[in-house]
Amino acid sequence: MTRSWRYLLPLTAVPVLALLAYGFRVNPRDIPSPLLGRPAAAFVLTAYDGTSMDLAALRGKVVVLNFWASWCYPACYEEAPVLERGWRAYRDRGVVVLGVDIQDKDEAGRKFIGDFGLTFANGPDPAGKVSVDYGVYGVPETFFIDRGGSIRVKHVSAVTDQVFRETVERLLAEPVPAR
Amino acid sequence: MMRASAPGVGNPGAGGRRRLLSRQPAVLGLVPVLAAATLLLGALPATAQGGPAPSEQQVYEVASELRCVVCQNLSVADSPSEMAGQMRAIVRERLASGQTPAQVRQYFVGRYGDWILLAPPRRGFTLLVWLAPLVAVLVGLVVVALLVRRWTRRRPKARPAIDAVMSERIRQELEREP
Amino acid sequence: MIPEVGTGALLVALILAVYGAAAAAVGGRRGRPALVESAQHAALGVFALLTAAVLLLVYAFLRFDFSVRYVATNTNLGTPFYYRITALWGALEGSIVLWAWMLSIYTLLVIVRHRTSARQLYPWVLTVMLSVVAFFLVVMTVPAPVFARLTPVPADGRGLNPLLEDSGMITHPVALYLGFTGFTVPFAFAVAALVTGRVGDFWITTTRRWTIVAWYFLSLGLLIGGWWSYHVLGWGGYWAWDPVENAAFMPWLTGTALLHSVMIQERRRMLRLWNIALVMLTFSLTLFGTFLTRSGVIASVHAFTQGSIGVFFLTFLSLVVLVALALIAWRWDALGAQGELDSVVSRESAFLLNNVLLVAATFTVFFGTVFPLLSEAVRGVKVSVGAPFFNQVNVPLFLSLIFLMGVGPLIAWRRASLENLRRNFLGPVVIGVAAAALFRLLGVGSILAVTTLALTVFVVATIGVDLVRATRARRRLGERALPALGHLLLRHNRRYGGFVIHLAILVVAVGVTGSQAWSVHTETTLKRGEATELAGYRIRFDGLRESQESNHGKVTGTFTVVGGHGAGAVLEPAKKFYPQEQSPIAYVDYRLGLVDDLYLVLGDFASDGSHATVKFQVNRMVSWIWIGGLVLTLGTVLAVLPERRKAA
Repeated sequence: MTRSWRYLLPLTAVPVLALLAYGFRVNPRDIPSPLLGRPAAAFVLTAYDGTSMDLAALRGKVVVLNFWASWCYPACYEEAPVLERGWRAYRDRGVVVLGVDIQDKDEAGRKFIGDFGLTFANGPDPAGKVSVDYGVYGVPETFFIDRGGSIRVKHVSAVTDQVFRETVERLLAEPVPAR
Repeated sequence: MMRASAPGVGNPGAGGRRRLLSRQPAVLGLVPVLAAATLLLGALPATAQGGPAPSEQQVYEVASELRCVVCQNLSVADSPSEMAGQMRAIVRERLASGQTPAQVRQYFVGRYGDWILLAPPRRGFTLLVWLAPLVAVLVGLVVVALLVRRWTRRRPKARPAIDAVMSERIRQELEREP
Repeated sequence: MIPEVGTGALLVALILAVYGAAAAAVGGRRGRPALVESAQHAALGVFALLTAAVLLLVYAFLRFDFSVRYVATNTNLGTPFYYRITALWGALEGSIVLWAWMLSIYTLLVIVRHRTSARQLYPWVLTVMLSVVAFFLVVMTVPAPVFARLTPVPADGRGLNPLLEDSGMITHPVALYLGFTGFTVPFAFAVAALVTGRVGDFWITTTRRWTIVAWYFLSLGLLIGGWWSYHVLGWGGYWAWDPVENAAFMPWLTGTALLHSVMIQERRRMLRLWNIALVMLTFSLTLFGTFLTRSGVIASVHAFTQGSIGVFFLTFLSLVVLVALALIAWRWDALGAQGELDSVVSRESAFLLNNVLLVAATFTVFFGTVFPLLSEAVRGVKVSVGAPFFNQVNVPLFLSLIFLMGVGPLIAWRRASLENLRRNFLGPVVIGVAAAALFRLLGVGSILAVTTLALTVFVVATIGVDLVRATRARRRLGERALPALGHLLLRHNRRYGGFVIHLAILVVAVGVTGSQAWSVHTETTLKRGEATELAGYRIRFDGLRESQESNHGKVTGTFTVVGGHGAGAVLEPAKKFYPQEQSPIAYVDYRLGLVDDLYLVLGDFASDGSHATVKFQVNRMVSWIWIGGLVLTLGTVLAVLPERRKAA
């Protein structure tokens, strides 16, 4: 190697080091969902209060589908009041909030609902089929489904009042699709 | 290094080479026979090893290609977590209903993205990672080949002439070294 | 009080380390032995202060001093005594302390051993070692302060991660870190060689034993890690190609390459540049390992935490890599090869091939580990690179390496004539092929298993050929067989130690092959009194019982082996419920055997104990992996024995 060329040797390491530095900017646990813009998978669950939760029947309404668990602390505990407030504020405007309790025990789930005074439909997903159908990999995750039945937003981690309000308003403003 | 004490003590000397030569045909002949035998035996069905029922084995195989989403780096087949158990049940159900393993994999990819597969697909950008080992070995071999060529050319051409008999004895002794 | 005293000790140690590194460098540059001696004393001071810090921490643990945040996070009032001591390295901050402490011990040993025997290189070796210690001391005081105070002082601590409450916890990090930190010594010598321009063979022959010892501890750490994973994590496996596992495996691969290429440099004075690069690479990979574990850059089950600590490690790693490359560039001309190669068919070539394969494997593992990051950076798409990939691509490389294990030690240096090849390899090749046929005949279905086993037989046969021939040569001198063998092993302990180490690797390889090919498993729900069968073992579920341990609740299932092999054995897998953990931890119960391991994991169960789900595995040949570790220890001990100078 001629004299000057070899001092470029250290530069060979730079791309690798830069790649590792890039790693600081990404969160390895943050998986983008391929379901955005696609039709939400249909399901029928039985809520804790015995009523039926049928997504297909809710076509035409904006649906906020929230996956949670009683052992998911503190995030699910933070967003439960947010969802309840959102439900009460928007239920008359064609918005439905559904909660799905995954990998949990019934008693713990019911206790959670009772503690937070949740009035929107909440049911367990016993075999985990619905959660896998929605590509859920952790809790909490919330899906905002538009009137046409397509998933528009996936929110990972606790939902805030602002996120709820802005997303729901945006979806409500869209025209009702022809049947 | 060990050396035989002196040439000619307890060693076959020049005659040993001839003895080896005469043994050769038989020994050499054994190799193709054994190789053929191995190949032929390969045609025999291997005895069953035992284990889970065939469909369970299929479930296990498909599940071992899927990444457990909650435990990081374990497969759905291996993970003891509840979610993995639920995913295994879904795999079992779909296989039982007649779907192919590829279809079951596609179902999960459709919901989680390529990330859910523990081995990246062998096409497109991810083909790079599959090629990496081949490229690494090839590059290594090429570099070594070039170096070896350079180093063997550097050998000094002039060598002192050695008597043929002495040369033979030296060679034999060197080869008797462990 | 303890937090303040500890922090103070670490700060003083940091100052001493920085001073020592600078003093040694200046002393080396200007030929001032007084400065170098001063640096020595500083190193002693660093060791003393770090030891004091370690003892202080252990004391805080034993006395439940929850004013130290590290103690409060990693133990609670219920943590058993011995885990309170090992909790020292149970989390991030403490692991840094352990690393630095080991480095200071190694520095001390280097001082004692090489103060007079390596006069020219010594000051720079000291500089490098103290600089590395200084870095870890910086980490210990700035981003990850181990003596951080917790106010208000809680009544009880959080507790140790339950997965760490195991015998593996006591040994795995210690062995692993002894390996990692051990590689700092050859690195320091390599840097010293480059800086002083003495790039001949002295630096590498001096550090040969250090390299073997570090390599051994790294191997041991990896094996113990596998054992820990096997008997604690509940999936019945011992290696998952997790990024952090890979990060420990890569320096092992390059370290193995180094152990072999050193022999070429010693005998033929070639590959000097390559060996320096390999040492630098190995050390950089150990830093990369700690970076991965602590930065959260790549998701891993091992990852401790994120925060700014990753930035510190990446900065140091970058510094090390760039300085190393710059030094190599500077001394490039002096590192040219001196010797020549006579023939492609020779031991030199076999070693070169060995290095190519090992470095290719390292590159593969590295590329696979960082590929998710690359994919996201380039395409914004997340992908996973896991066990199926690594298993598939590495198998051909490892099989080739096993083949080379048989060829290398016997093929002649310089040029192997046809006669030499025939004499040494015809027999073993024939035996290997015959073994393959035999295994096929015995019903071994997997081609991979047949190939691996046949190659193993081939290598064992080559070792046998060598031993027989060498013993026979000694016997001609009138010695009887067994003493001849003994003298042979001791007189050529490096060679035969190497053979034993090769055998150890083969034993591990056989264990890995067998466990992958022949293990069976099932998952089933049993009612009380009901039994299930697998591979000739029949186990019956006999009931559940609840208990309360010092820091967790426990539900234990009782399973009895009835009829068939191992009848009468009782296995008790359990689920442990720790208050600080969200989900229960599975406690595996197992019966180890030479060929069969019985392995039970308790799944869901009914609260009245009427039925339980159990994962039942019969894992085959896994014990061979641990036995391989024992053989490895024997081989390493043999290999590092001091050379005998007496005539045979």
